[in-house]
Amino acid sequence: MKTIKVSVVTPDGPVYESDVEMVSTKAKSGELGILPGHIPLVAPLEIGAVRLKLAGGKQEQIAVSGGFLEVRPEQVTVLAQAAEKASDIDIERAQRAKERAEQRLQQAQQEHVDFKRAESALRRAVNRINVAGNR
Amino acid sequence: MASLRDIKTRINSTKKTSQITKAMEMTSAAKWNRGVMNAKSFVPYMEKIQEVTASIALGAGGVSHPMLTHRPVKKTGYIVITSDRGLAGAFNSNVIRRVHQTIKSRHTSNDEFAIIAIGRVGRDFFVKRGYNVVLDIIGVNDQPSFQDIKDIASTTVGMFSDGTFDELYVYYSHYISAISQEVNEKKLLPLTDISTSHKLTSYEFEPSAEEILEVLLPQYAESLIYGALLDSKASEHAARMTAMRNATDNAHELIRGLTLSFNRARQAAITQEITEIVGGAAALE
Repeated sequence: MKTIKVSVVTPDGPVYESDVEMVSTKAKSGELGILPGHIPLVAPLEIGAVRLKLAGGKQEQIAVSGGFLEVRPEQVTVLAQAAEKASDIDIERAQRAKERAEQRLQQAQQEHVDFKRAESALRRAVNRINVAGNR
Repeated sequence: MASLRDIKTRINSTKKTSQITKAMEMTSAAKWNRGVMNAKSFVPYMEKIQEVTASIALGAGGVSHPMLTHRPVKKTGYIVITSDRGLAGAFNSNVIRRVHQTIKSRHTSNDEFAIIAIGRVGRDFFVKRGYNVVLDIIGVNDQPSFQDIKDIASTTVGMFSDGTFDELYVYYSHYISAISQEVNEKKLLPLTDISTSHKLTSYEFEPSAEEILEVLLPQYAESLIYGALLDSKASEHAARMTAMRNATDNAHELIRGLTLSFNRARQAAITQEITEIVGGAAALE
């Protein structure tokens, strides 16, 4: 089967690079599946997982905190401010981040401060935990 | 002439100082290596995001976004990136001088501009002179990660969007090589001079070009700030390394001179002693 090159880059450096059979992820406008030979496309991503189907039926997941998907016929690039491979996620740290975010969210409900930020921190943490759980 | 003991003390203290500067040189060298590597690993991200932004902003005709359009300037924001510590030669003062001069030549009143200071030295300078420092961040890691400055970057970009600033500049020290850095002035917002060396691709947009720009442009501007910070960190460590190497060399030079005069003084003392003994013996005969 044909493959397509995928790279995930963040400001702190490239996170992932490989050839895969299919990329699927959740964009702001809904689920997206990309196969080799797709027309050029740009789409903003939700905080979630980028699922990669490797040759030989194996799957791999990468947790991304928003960002973009750029598709060209021969290459897919994910530009995210933070991204982690499922195998690199520190579950304990993610758990702690989740608890912190939950605490802040409760305070925020009372004081109306930074609700959005706490919420997105919580979503990022939950996302990391989910992705790590699927590895 | 200084006494033997005085010279000895000076030699010892200079030696101690040179040991310290030598150690600082070596730690800076290690940090400089890492800093340059960090700046390098940021390049792929920057290139890609620039390419996509350029493709969308230049390619899709008729797209407009507040961040892409020039508006009448009532207030200017200056981001000044300096280090937290000194002992880096002219690293900080070059940046600060440039900003200071620019502000003096461009503005007549304090209401026309505001400063966002990254780094203690710059912040202290402008606060002391009564300038309007709206945001500051100190204690940035030597190997900053994007998360470290995400808050300040997004707040700054937000201040442009909500009309607090009508343009935004960033001043930082650009790393050229280990012995040469120069102060860079970069216009961050509005993004009027996006260009790319790559061929423009015409993309399909999901859902629409405007909505993508809505997310892409702030992210682009934030990454420009982060890129400037990484560049500045690499320069800082290079500057400190060079400054400390010069200090160590100077200390060695000083020690050489002092050792020479120490030996002279010792020789003089011995000669004097011999003369005294010979004189005393002659008096006895």
